[in-house]
Amino acid sequence: MSRISKEEVKHVANLARLAISEEEADMFTKQLDDIITYAEQLNELDTADVEPTTHVLDLKNVMRKDEPRKWLEKEDVMNNAPDHKDGQFKVPSILE
Amino acid sequence: MSLFDYTLKELQEKLHNKEVSVTDLVEESYQRIEAVDGEVKAFLTLNKEQALKQAEELDAARGKESAALFGLPIGVKDNIVTKGLRTTCASQFLDNFTDPLYDATVVEKLADAKSVTIGKLNMDEFAMGSSNENSSYYATRNPWNTDYVPGGSSGGSAAAVAAGEVFFSLGSDTGGSIRQPAAFCGVVGLKPTYGRVSRFGLVAFASSLDQIGPITRTVEDNAYLLEAISGHDTMDATSADVDVPKFTEALTGDVKGLKIAVPKEYLSEGVAPEVKEAVMSALRKYEDLGATWEEVSLPHSKYAVATYYLLASSEASANLARFDGVRYGVRTQNAETMLDMFKRSRSEGFGDEVKRRIMLGTFALSSGYYDAYYKKAQQVRTLIKNDFEQVLEDYDVIIGPTTPTPAFKVGEIVDDPLTMYANDILTIPVNLAGVPGISIPCGLSSDGLPIGLQIIGKHFDENTVYRTAHAFEQATDFHKQRPSLGGAQS
Repeated sequence: MSRISKEEVKHVANLARLAISEEEADMFTKQLDDIITYAEQLNELDTADVEPTTHVLDLKNVMRKDEPRKWLEKEDVMNNAPDHKDGQFKVPSILE
Repeated sequence: MSLFDYTLKELQEKLHNKEVSVTDLVEESYQRIEAVDGEVKAFLTLNKEQALKQAEELDAARGKESAALFGLPIGVKDNIVTKGLRTTCASQFLDNFTDPLYDATVVEKLADAKSVTIGKLNMDEFAMGSSNENSSYYATRNPWNTDYVPGGSSGGSAAAVAAGEVFFSLGSDTGGSIRQPAAFCGVVGLKPTYGRVSRFGLVAFASSLDQIGPITRTVEDNAYLLEAISGHDTMDATSADVDVPKFTEALTGDVKGLKIAVPKEYLSEGVAPEVKEAVMSALRKYEDLGATWEEVSLPHSKYAVATYYLLASSEASANLARFDGVRYGVRTQNAETMLDMFKRSRSEGFGDEVKRRIMLGTFALSSGYYDAYYKKAQQVRTLIKNDFEQVLEDYDVIIGPTTPTPAFKVGEIVDDPLTMYANDILTIPVNLAGVPGISIPCGLSSDGLPIGLQIIGKHFDENTVYRTAHAFEQATDFHKQRPSLGGAQS
């Protein structure tokens, strides 16, 4: 039984903001299905009482003083952008 | 003989006594790159003009200056941000990112220590890969035999050191990306304890696993470089506020009474016989040196690869959302809407492996699958971490091979993601547990390719890892072996 359908792959690609062709969808469906099938070996383990690990160090909330400090110059930041105008990032229309 | 065959201490003495200049070292670096990098393809971007200028300035201070890495040529993996020096992560998405606006914390620390950055090193795109074949530019080759891969993702970093193009380098390790290429290229590579080195300015792949670490020819030089780059950093909330010991002071050469654990899972059927033999021979050497070893079990080892790919890909899917074509990088042409612009920019900018992992991660985090995949993997991560903590309660270090086999041929498994992933089966658990691990050379295969010995220690106990590695190095000559690349090396 396949773990992920071509339709689901297309849905996931959309969620991930990736445009994929039909051929790519076929390829990724096969490859992701293999990987997910492989990952299902984790179900051999009973983890009902196991705490998940998000982080290996015993860190709690890390706080610092909320003090402004000098960082990058706005003009330099804009110069790295593909498009900008009047000190703001310029993008294609957001609404269709 | 290359100047880079000397140790850091020897070179510092030569610089101090004015037997060599920083300019000599920097020129040697670029000459060697000129001679062999057409074959090795370790570098993506060179910093020649800037480096020669810096060399001249440092030469003026020779004799008086005593910074830790004074005048030594270093290569930096291309996912570590360097102010004003192109940083691409070997991705077409960042092909035009020629003017980064700040330095990573480790790069600032290198500047304080007065090393000279020679250039930026090739890698698998966004550090996703085990062979460097996922670089969107060209695949770095193994200096020992250019038909073979150098490993990955820090393949350029390991190959450049092995080929004598730089004195040492920085890599990053998320599931083995320093140790596996160090093993394949016959050099020394350490993944520090998670939190030891600041990740600020390391382009994030999987934030709970990524660590920057040193790649060198000798263990002592590795310890010097780690001393220079370690320490708490307020710019990285996950960097640990712990003391940085003088790692070099731990290198006593003495391992009498050291208790070594050898996981039986690390010498199982998937491990090539000659790799196993090299590790057994290393263990006999440790016995001669007065250490003892016993077989132990890390029972959840077989689940590490699946756990890793779910967790690392999930974190990557979130981290790589920042590449949207708005603030930096390459934007697609003539997109009608913003959504179209996002999708096309990302699809054109990312290679297949990056897309595959972003989609796997998005899937594992998506509604309806989160508990079954992402949370499940986090729980198994706890079991893997507990395995390590239990064994390391009773033993000083864990020893095994770094990789199941020596380097494989270019193109051999590039189309088979799962087989490629299995390469990292012995290094991945170390990242999941967050403990430090080193790979050092311990032999050559019948094909003349290096074999790596992996030494794993307790959280923040790089000292014992280094002491163990150094004692072996002192007692053997594997670290003195050199590839015959370009015919110039002894």
